[in-house]
Amino acid sequence: MVDNYSNSRGEETSQEVSKYYLLQPSLINELIRALRDDGYAVYGPVVRDGAIVYDELESASQLPVGLRDRQGPGQYRLEERGDGAFFGYVVGPYSWKRFLYPPRVKLLTVTSRGEVTVHNDWNGKMAFLAVRGCELAAIEVLDRVLMRGPYRDPVYSERRKNLFIVAVNCAEPGENCFCASMGTGPEARSGYDIALTEVLGDGVHYFVAGARTTEGERVLEKIGARRATDDEVSAASSVMKRSLTLFKKKLDVNGLKEEIYGSLESPVFTEVANRCLACANCTLVCPTCFCTNVEEVTDLEGKVAERWRRWDSCFNVDFSYIHGGSIRSSRMSRYRQWFTHKLATWVDQFGVMGCVGCGRCITWCPVGIDITEEAANIRRAQEVSAT
Amino acid sequence: MITAVSVPVVDALETYKINWLRVVKKTKETPDTYTLRLKPKEGEIPPFKPGQFCMLYAYGVGEVPISISGDLYNGKVVDHTVRAVGPVTKALASAGIDSVIGFRGPFGRGWPLEEAEGKDVIIVGGGIGLAPLRPAIQYILKNREKYGKFYLLYGARTPDDLLYKRELGLWRGRLDSQVLVTVDKGDEKWRGYIGVVTTLFRYLKLDPANTYSYVCGPEIMMKFTIQELKNQGLPDERIFISMERNMKCGVGLCGHCQLGPHFVCKDGPVFSFAEVSKFFGRREL
Repeated sequence: MVDNYSNSRGEETSQEVSKYYLLQPSLINELIRALRDDGYAVYGPVVRDGAIVYDELESASQLPVGLRDRQGPGQYRLEERGDGAFFGYVVGPYSWKRFLYPPRVKLLTVTSRGEVTVHNDWNGKMAFLAVRGCELAAIEVLDRVLMRGPYRDPVYSERRKNLFIVAVNCAEPGENCFCASMGTGPEARSGYDIALTEVLGDGVHYFVAGARTTEGERVLEKIGARRATDDEVSAASSVMKRSLTLFKKKLDVNGLKEEIYGSLESPVFTEVANRCLACANCTLVCPTCFCTNVEEVTDLEGKVAERWRRWDSCFNVDFSYIHGGSIRSSRMSRYRQWFTHKLATWVDQFGVMGCVGCGRCITWCPVGIDITEEAANIRRAQEVSAT
Repeated sequence: MITAVSVPVVDALETYKINWLRVVKKTKETPDTYTLRLKPKEGEIPPFKPGQFCMLYAYGVGEVPISISGDLYNGKVVDHTVRAVGPVTKALASAGIDSVIGFRGPFGRGWPLEEAEGKDVIIVGGGIGLAPLRPAIQYILKNREKYGKFYLLYGARTPDDLLYKRELGLWRGRLDSQVLVTVDKGDEKWRGYIGVVTTLFRYLKLDPANTYSYVCGPEIMMKFTIQELKNQGLPDERIFISMERNMKCGVGLCGHCQLGPHFVCKDGPVFSFAEVSKFFGRREL
């Protein structure tokens, strides 16, 4: 169990992978079962409506075995891989924030007599299976936003507290992935209990499991995994070396914050706004977008009012509403807000970028707006105006 | 990296709770603006600083951020001035004496009154922007010996739009302060200045090396006032403004009130101009 929240990318951590274990494919099911036996609700990848999403797992048979997600700007298709890979896909429209920071939670009940009840009675225990490097980084970002500022969000903190994380190192990045350039992947860096590397081919199929916490070790011992040999560990390491060579996208973060601060009136934002539909898809699929709104709901008699918190998006016109109108009424200003928040102001607010390089916003944008391209465009426009 | 106010981590759950206030007095300031004097249904009003705001709650309708607009009786009651423009503010403005409204807060960073002790202070308000300044004015006038020269410039569109008219008269009568009031457009009874608030600067002789300024009003009014204060030689570090954004949670978690890297609700609403100059007055930022 990760009880040390201070792990973060870029920072030294005292925990390292201490022991490597070997899991035959059948042991993945045992892993799920063992976690369930320990009282964890286990969540992991399943296929629904033609996409890989995260949902509760009862057994490994629910995993999208043998599938690949073919992604492009504004494109997502599942196809058969032709092998039996358990984790041969990357990330889909869901992210783990759905479980740690649910889309809709009831915060308060207020009665007309003035009785106020604050709801925070969740006391479950979750385990996430197949968390990618970018997603670990995203959870770390949310930790900073929701737990390490002057105010700590109780809903997130409760769910985060007992979280058990089984990470998966990505053997093949997707077409929209750029985690390598963001320093968040393709290999899990920190903030997990167990990290799996899938080794597949030449008649072999196994997982090398690195345990980073004592809880991770305990679970692996419990399911009877044997220690991995040096050869097996080195085969896993070759898989990851190869993965690094397969990236197609990158985002150059060097000095980017300053470039963006100097480009607030850039025509690049106006150009993007001509394509942007302000649909808010990018913010909903983003694993770090944390903005919420509250809704007030009353019963028909007006005797009980409930306050619900739900995910919001800076692409909604009402997001910036103050008396008389919205601060950001044009699409240009709303795209600029999102873009500058992810890549610039977030750094000043939380000491880390709000983008982890997962590529979801590129895939799920109906018109395929690509954050890596727009960042490069901002840079290019700056260079032109500087000369 | 913004160094937020260094306070221990607070469980935001505490800040989600609603407390109840009773309306003990209601003053009609302008045709659509009311000052509600509020007293806790039970217990005390939590300590607050001039310039902070509360989330006021109309049962079943919703919440709005409203600046604390007065503190005359040592925290036993608290004033909020509400302009009826949306569903929540209309519900609040229609609350009668003895009705009960909810509140959360106070939130945010107020005017730097302690920092300005021993110095001259100039306060410039525009329209309803006088509301968050009023507790600062009250504090300075009550602790007049702690400050050097004190100036108050206040502008509104018409005489009908002036807030706190009776109190303005009392302030104007003080011999230890210079209080000037102007309107854009007078009526037949108006005997004061005519023109935007920045035209009043010509009647002052500021000591820029020794003066703090607190400004609140519409952004366009603040923009020209800041320009005038800079012309007078005040550094950005001693020009303080109160920003308005869509505050929802009050504790920097909901994301609505961002202005560049700042969360207006927890890093502000009062900022020195030095902190926000890169982001202030930019269209739609």
